[in-house]
Amino acid sequence: MSTILKNVTKQYDQDKKVLDNVSAEIQTGEFFVIVGPSGCGKSTLLRMIAGLTQISEGTIKIEDRVVNDLSPKDRNLTMVFQSYALFPFLSVWDNVAFGLKARKADKADIEKRVNDALKMVNLEELRDRKPRELSGGQRQRVALARAVASDAKICLMDEPLSNLDAQLRIKMRQEIYALQRKLGLTLIYVTHDQVEAMTMADHIMVLNDSKIQQVGTPEEIYQHPANEFVASFFGVPPINILPAQKVSEAILQVNSDFEVTLPHPIAHANVRVGIRPTDMKVVDSDELHANATIKAVEFLGNEKIVHAKMSHGGEVSVIVSSEEVFQPYQNVEITADSEFLLFDVDGKNITNKGAVTHA
Amino acid sequence: MLKSPTTEEAIEKKQASSKKRSTFKLNANDKYFSLLFLGPSLLILGLFVFYPMIKTFYISMFLTNTLGKTSVFAGFSNYAELLTSPDFLNSLVVTLAYVLGVTFFTLAISLLLANLASKKLPGIGIFRTLYSVTMGVSVSVAAIFWLFIFNPSTGFFAIIANALKLTPINWLTDPSNAMWAVIITTVWMNLGFTFLILLGAIESVPQTLYEAASVEGASPRFQFFKITLPMISPTLFFVSTITIIDAFKSFGLIDLITKGGPTNATNMLVYRIYKDAFYSGNYAQASTEAIILTVIIAAFTLLQFKFLEKKVNY
Repeated sequence: MSTILKNVTKQYDQDKKVLDNVSAEIQTGEFFVIVGPSGCGKSTLLRMIAGLTQISEGTIKIEDRVVNDLSPKDRNLTMVFQSYALFPFLSVWDNVAFGLKARKADKADIEKRVNDALKMVNLEELRDRKPRELSGGQRQRVALARAVASDAKICLMDEPLSNLDAQLRIKMRQEIYALQRKLGLTLIYVTHDQVEAMTMADHIMVLNDSKIQQVGTPEEIYQHPANEFVASFFGVPPINILPAQKVSEAILQVNSDFEVTLPHPIAHANVRVGIRPTDMKVVDSDELHANATIKAVEFLGNEKIVHAKMSHGGEVSVIVSSEEVFQPYQNVEITADSEFLLFDVDGKNITNKGAVTHA
Repeated sequence: MLKSPTTEEAIEKKQASSKKRSTFKLNANDKYFSLLFLGPSLLILGLFVFYPMIKTFYISMFLTNTLGKTSVFAGFSNYAELLTSPDFLNSLVVTLAYVLGVTFFTLAISLLLANLASKKLPGIGIFRTLYSVTMGVSVSVAAIFWLFIFNPSTGFFAIIANALKLTPINWLTDPSNAMWAVIITTVWMNLGFTFLILLGAIESVPQTLYEAASVEGASPRFQFFKITLPMISPTLFFVSTITIIDAFKSFGLIDLITKGGPTNATNMLVYRIYKDAFYSGNYAQASTEAIILTVIIAAFTLLQFKFLEKKVNY
């Protein structure tokens, strides 16, 4: 009982594949997030699961049934669109009831389901309003209520929060999460926002360039990214990636600016290291020992982000405590401990941590 | 937490400010200044619209000679006479039948064509062009074209009837068929414009609405009646208002195809006004009829706005 994607491929013309050989298994009742930069094919994948876009190759199975050639209405799922897709001429109540009426559900049943759904998203009092009389967040809730009212157990969401302002987004994030848990929905959620992916997902699928980069839990993805792309996609500010050479069995020279100790032997002479902004140190330094110059300092309240230019090219961001004082153009020495990731020149993660990768 | 107070406040504020605007008073200076801007259009409208209208009403209250000069004040007796004349009442009935027929078939057929042409199919552009081509055809060309088609011995319909060994229909000489003939011709003329406007409306319905509906289990038929129709209802309303007003004013086709005949079967109000004024020289009666027609069109439009406009605007 799950949704299985097997070698799913989408191709519009001969040379360009929009999605290339995507396989994954989505467990019933889990919050599954598909994340990637724009143009990576994530929305196409979701539309293929919904049946709105034809599958070129491969199979999609929902609950042991191959759905490749089923029309959207026969797949028994619901979908929340980025634009909410509310009917402007219908009241909130009728918008939520639309699907049930289309499926010719029985009147009393419609009444009950719609009222319950509106209650669940706290919209009972606005049931007679038209969509144009609602705020963005309220419209979003109507779209959610529509998904809730349906008896489908699989819900697809295509960037549902991207039209909301930052504060509302955080609030709706929590509400969607709570709703999914409460109803035991299988939620397949597409977003370009890594924070949404990290905070809500049971499993994350990272897509880039039409291909799966990694599938895993948020912890796995953050701590053991499969490659440089995944590592730099998650975390704010993004992980610092710098070239490095092996100077001895245990020592790496990073960017010709500082040295770090290797946690384990590696075969490659040239590698790239990824160091999270929290794992780097900045200290004031004289011109002789300095290996970087500060470009900008951002104050975030409980911490500061120091953006610096390394002497041998490349830029890094370091998170420091907000008590520390740094000025732009200040000469500093930047170093790191042994907390870092190693990538080969092709970007593949070669850190030996018994990493669990599902790619 | 559902009722975000900020939006409600915003809506209330908006309503309040629009109320304020309606009680907004012009000071004396602004009044003269605004007249400066209104002047030119008032002058032109007054000269070419309001004055003729008032003059028509004025003439309708008199008896006139054959030159149109008013002679004896008659009050509303012209109206009383007309509204009891079986001939005029026949014209009213015929006009109403024609207007309803034209409006119904124009809307139904162009809606069907627009819905078909909105589908993404190869070669659909050809059909879109074909369906809208009557927009560029002049009334006289259309009339001649259809006169050929209706011809009882050599016309297109006659050829088909002969081939099927049926008696050809006397389109233009049989009173009940003549009405159909003018309705068919008018609908054909109307289609191009109506089709184009409705096609535009259908195409502007957001695709995600259909996608959402199809995921939720709505059949294409359900989608047409529950999404397309309500979404384009403001346009339908606009198109139907225009078609109704146009049909009431229909003149050219009638003059060219039936000349109001046979036996007054297609003697619509406008055609009647024309004949009364310029053939019989009865200007008083023609003016009275013109006023009655204006009142009827205004009443129709008002009723439409009163009963339909609220329903179609979302």
